[in-house]
Amino acid sequence: MGEVGLNAYLTVGAVLFVCGVVCMATKRNGIGVLMGVELVLNGANVNFVAFSRFTSLGLDGQTIALFVIVLAAAEAAVALAIALNFYNNHLTIDVDRGNELQG
Amino acid sequence: MIEQLLFYTFAILTCGGAVAVVATQNVVRMAFWLVVSLGSVAALFFLLHADFLGAAQLLIYVGGTVVLLVFGVMLTASGPYTTIKTSPAEGIIGAAVGIMLLLVLLSSIGGVDWVSVSGRLPSTPQSPFTADSVREAHAEESLVNSGSTKAKTDLAAVQQQGRTVRQLGLSFLGLRPDRNLKEGGANGLAPAYFLPFEIVSVHLLVVLIGAAYLARAKRRAVSEDRVSLD
Repeated sequence: MGEVGLNAYLTVGAVLFVCGVVCMATKRNGIGVLMGVELVLNGANVNFVAFSRFTSLGLDGQTIALFVIVLAAAEAAVALAIALNFYNNHLTIDVDRGNELQG
Repeated sequence: MIEQLLFYTFAILTCGGAVAVVATQNVVRMAFWLVVSLGSVAALFFLLHADFLGAAQLLIYVGGTVVLLVFGVMLTASGPYTTIKTSPAEGIIGAAVGIMLLLVLLSSIGGVDWVSVSGRLPSTPQSPFTADSVREAHAEESLVNSGSTKAKTDLAAVQQQGRTVRQLGLSFLGLRPDRNLKEGGANGLAPAYFLPFEIVSVHLLVVLIGAAYLARAKRRAVSEDRVSLD
C-alpha cells in the first residue's frame, strides 16, 4: 500500500460523481433522483477538501465545501416539498408521469 | 499505516455505498446505502484533517438531509409504488455510459501531474497546512539526531492541522488569519467569505419559508375538498 495522495481522493470523488449521475439518469423514483443529486454534491465536496489539504490553497476548499453542504440541504428541502406536491397531484412519485407540461 | 488502512476502508465503503444506491431498486434500502456512503465521506473528511467539515457533514447530511429524504419516502410510498422498476435495457445503457464517464474522469485524473500544477499556485506562507509542512520539513532536516524533539514537532503539527473551527469561523466573518495579509488581494487583504455567508443565510430563510409554503398549500386544498365532499 502506497502513500495516500491526492489521486486517491480524486478517484473517490469521481466514483461518487459518476454514481450520482447514473442514479439521476436511471431512477424513475423522484426521491431516488434527489439521492443522486446528493451523491454528486458529495463527490464535489470530496474534491474540494482534498485540494484544500494537498495544495497550498489553504482553507478555501473547506469553506466552499461548507457552502455546498448548506445549499444541498436547502435544495433537498425545496425538492421534497415539490415532490410531495407532485405526489398529491398524481398519487405516484414516478418522474415519467410528470409530462403534463410538454404541451 | 493506520491512516492508509482507514482510508482504504472508508473509500471502499463510500464507493460501495454509492454503487449500491444506484443498483438497489427499493427506495428505503437506497436511503440506507446513502447513509453508509455519506457517513464514510464524513470519515474521509476527518482523515483529510477537516474536523469541523466532517462534523458538519455528519450533522447536516446524515442527521438532517437523509432523515428528510426518509420522511419523503415514507410520505410518498403507497403500496405498489414503493419499487418503481427501471427497465433492464435502460439500466444497461446507464451502466455503460457511467463506466465510460468514469474511465474518462480517471484517465484525466491520472494524466495530470498534480505536484507541478500545485507548485504553480500562488504560495500562502502563513496557511496552516503549508506552514506546518515547511516547519516539519525543517525539523526533519535540522533535528535528525534528536528524535524526541522531532516527535514533539510532529505532534504539534498534527494537532494544529485538524483545528480549523476558529479559522473557518473567522473567514465567515471576513477575516483570514491563516493568510499573509500583505500578500493577499489588491487591497492588502486576503479574500474572505463574509458576503457569501450573508447570502447563504438569507437563502436559507427564503428556502425555509418557500418549502413550508409549498408543502402546506396542497394539503389544505385536499382537506377542503374532503370537507366539501362530506
